[in-house]
Amino acid sequence: MGVDRSRLPAPGPDPLFRFPQIARHTLRNGLKVRTVEHPGVPVVTIAMQIDGGLGADPTGREGLASMTADMVDEGTGSLSAIDVSDALARIGAEYDVEVGADVTIFTLTTLTRFAGRGAELLSNMLTAPSMHVPDFERIRQLRLDRLRQLKDLPPAVAERAFLRLLYPSHPYGHLAIGNETSLRELTLDEVVRFHEATFLPPRATLVIAGALSHPDLVAIAQDAFETWNGKADGLDAPAAAADVTPQPAPAGRLVMVPREGAAQSELRIGHLSARRDTPDYAPLLVMNAILGGQFVSRINLKLREQKAFTYGVRTGFDWRRGLGPFSVQTSVYTAATAESIADTLQEISALRGERPATPQEMSLAQASLTRGYPRNFETAQQVARSVSQLALFNLPDSYFEEFVPKVNAVTAGEVTRVAQTYLDPARAIALVVGDRKATEQSLDALGLGELQVLPPTG
Amino acid sequence: MPIVAVNLWYHVGSKNERTGRTGFAHLFEHLMFEGSEHHNGSFFQPLQQAGALLNGSTNTDRTNYWEVVPTSALELALWMESDRMGYLLPALTPERFETQRDVVLNERRQNYENRPYGMALMALSEALFPPDHPYHWLTIGAADDLRAMQFEDVRAFFRTYYHPANASLALAGDIDSERAFALAEKYFGDIPAGDEPRPVEADASLPREVRIVLEDRVELPRVYMAWHSPAMFAEGDAEADLLADLLANGKTSRLYRTLVYDKRLAVDVSAYQHSRELSSFFLLASTAAPGTSLTEITALIDERIQEVADEGPVDQEMERGLAQAEAHFMYRLQTVGGFGGKSDQLNAYNVFRGNPDFFAGDLERYRAATRESVRNAARTYLAFDRRVLLSIVPRGQAALALPGSEPVAVS
Repeated sequence: MGVDRSRLPAPGPDPLFRFPQIARHTLRNGLKVRTVEHPGVPVVTIAMQIDGGLGADPTGREGLASMTADMVDEGTGSLSAIDVSDALARIGAEYDVEVGADVTIFTLTTLTRFAGRGAELLSNMLTAPSMHVPDFERIRQLRLDRLRQLKDLPPAVAERAFLRLLYPSHPYGHLAIGNETSLRELTLDEVVRFHEATFLPPRATLVIAGALSHPDLVAIAQDAFETWNGKADGLDAPAAAADVTPQPAPAGRLVMVPREGAAQSELRIGHLSARRDTPDYAPLLVMNAILGGQFVSRINLKLREQKAFTYGVRTGFDWRRGLGPFSVQTSVYTAATAESIADTLQEISALRGERPATPQEMSLAQASLTRGYPRNFETAQQVARSVSQLALFNLPDSYFEEFVPKVNAVTAGEVTRVAQTYLDPARAIALVVGDRKATEQSLDALGLGELQVLPPTG
Repeated sequence: MPIVAVNLWYHVGSKNERTGRTGFAHLFEHLMFEGSEHHNGSFFQPLQQAGALLNGSTNTDRTNYWEVVPTSALELALWMESDRMGYLLPALTPERFETQRDVVLNERRQNYENRPYGMALMALSEALFPPDHPYHWLTIGAADDLRAMQFEDVRAFFRTYYHPANASLALAGDIDSERAFALAEKYFGDIPAGDEPRPVEADASLPREVRIVLEDRVELPRVYMAWHSPAMFAEGDAEADLLADLLANGKTSRLYRTLVYDKRLAVDVSAYQHSRELSSFFLLASTAAPGTSLTEITALIDERIQEVADEGPVDQEMERGLAQAEAHFMYRLQTVGGFGGKSDQLNAYNVFRGNPDFFAGDLERYRAATRESVRNAARTYLAFDRRVLLSIVPRGQAALALPGSEPVAVS
């Protein structure tokens, strides 16, 4: 039987999908617990999210939250750092820590039959870390060495410099790892106090997702975490970075971190734009998908598929509880540096009026955001992380069910409106990590003002 | 979960290239996304419109293409895949070829040239394999070779490698076998089978220790050690995996514990069995802490390797290694598609083993490993007098390399 190749087969109606049903509990100590049954492969993910990410670092102590998080697997009770690592390996665990802008999240994935052991171990690590001096000194030195190595990694140099430009004197304005000076100043005592002030049940949300029933998952949470009380009353807790209003960025819009002889220029272009709790979240997602959030988007098609300046370019919002940036990220051939910046700014500008989203673009963006949505809930880890996000951004449990209809309801008019409201090429900072000699002249010609040159560390 | 993964492997990779023409298989992969006769435009557009996630990749041994789609869009994905398998060439133009060549040159700059230690694998492959061995070059290819490629070469490559006799299709997810086979027949059944390309055969061995040095834009010197090791799924391959684990995975591992934890002479250490079709290599790497010499690190690494070769692992290490291998099998089974998901795994077994149903057999290889077999693997494969030692040092500081290292140039 032959295939009709005169036209593409039209996809049928979207299949029905039941989003994870979330059960809520609060333990006696105030710890919020969310459980999700995720049948199939016998795997469980336990995610503990604690209020206080890099935004909780005091000025001059950048890296404190991250250093504290790193001490969590450096020993507990009678277990040394080596013993903890051994205990994790024996249950085949994947252990991961992510220090975000507002929260820190500890994730442990293991086989269902080890779920109780995994939870118990994670509980001991989180609530009673040993905090020994030699471990602290070793971790700090490794981080200083890491910072030294990052100087050679263009994306890391760009991230570090860009955050400082976006958030001058704001708690969001640094990498989680901190900087050379702050790391040297840090003391173990400060880490211990930070742990006491922030690792408290009322500041935490525990999500367990896996191939067990709700009652079994709840029992695991109770057995492991019910006796956790914390050592402080929470009054010493750091102020929330989200509540601090960022200062406007300085006038210099064109910035360079020189990297002599670089094969490419690493670029960041953007400005502070939106908070996660904006009512315009859905239109912003659609707008971003059209502009540069996916392969078939205006900026990627132009810079990659039309001009071959880059292996790829993406735009996106870095969502935070407070004001977060919209940015363009790419790495382009050195000779194409200035033109890539000009093209990018022009595309942003065009979407705000002269070339608004077409019906085809709207339909493509909405379909790609919604039709593949169930894919995000395949693994226990994905489910646990998604549910943690609800707690991070204070979203309702019905959020997943509402996502698809909300995105599909966005109109082209709204996309134009949010592009006008949340994007502004005139305010955008363009940062280049690349060869100064090879690019300076053409960058000057962009008319973005005088080139501001930063030291090589960014 | 109402999704299906479509995963299509072509049994062609950079091992099918030859000197002076490297990088072709991967560049060709890019062209597969630029349109085919009956859909003469972006491969991404209709699939994104249907909610698909899709990608492709090329390595030394195979090229894979995959889509994860809502069940309602399965036929669309099969239509698209079969159209580019059967009818690619009419849509290819010199312009599309030129553009993707430049995109690939940028990929090379981004992932190799502009990245610290980014040229290490290139230098190692050149030292480990003779110039006519197809693992002598990396899949990304040499920049000069990419620039010299002719549009005409694309046709011959497509005709030689892109047809059913050299392809393997796996579907996984919310679909039953009967429907899956019927749909495969419907969309691919009409495409002429073509010939199975001649298998690539090549031997490689290293009769001595080779010491080389590469200067790079890095802050800290790093030493790499590479050995030839058993091919993917061959006897000893699982043991090499377990060896890598006990040597350098996690704080409990022998090398991390010695170098980074106890003595603080290194900032990191890693080990990995790079399993491949013709032959594998075992790669170990460690970055010196400031003020430490590579000689010092290397001596300690050699001591630990010698211990394993002499005494073998302890029971605790075997238990730990097996627990991790089993758990990671399960983790991979959680996804139906993408890189490394169920469908990709089915194809790996089908193409390299001739048997898609090898999940249990694969895990059994790890269960069957013993202290003795791991010790033997260390003795047999990690010999000090048959390896490449690569020092990567900050520019202008060649003296930081291991003594006797020969400068090499890669670009």
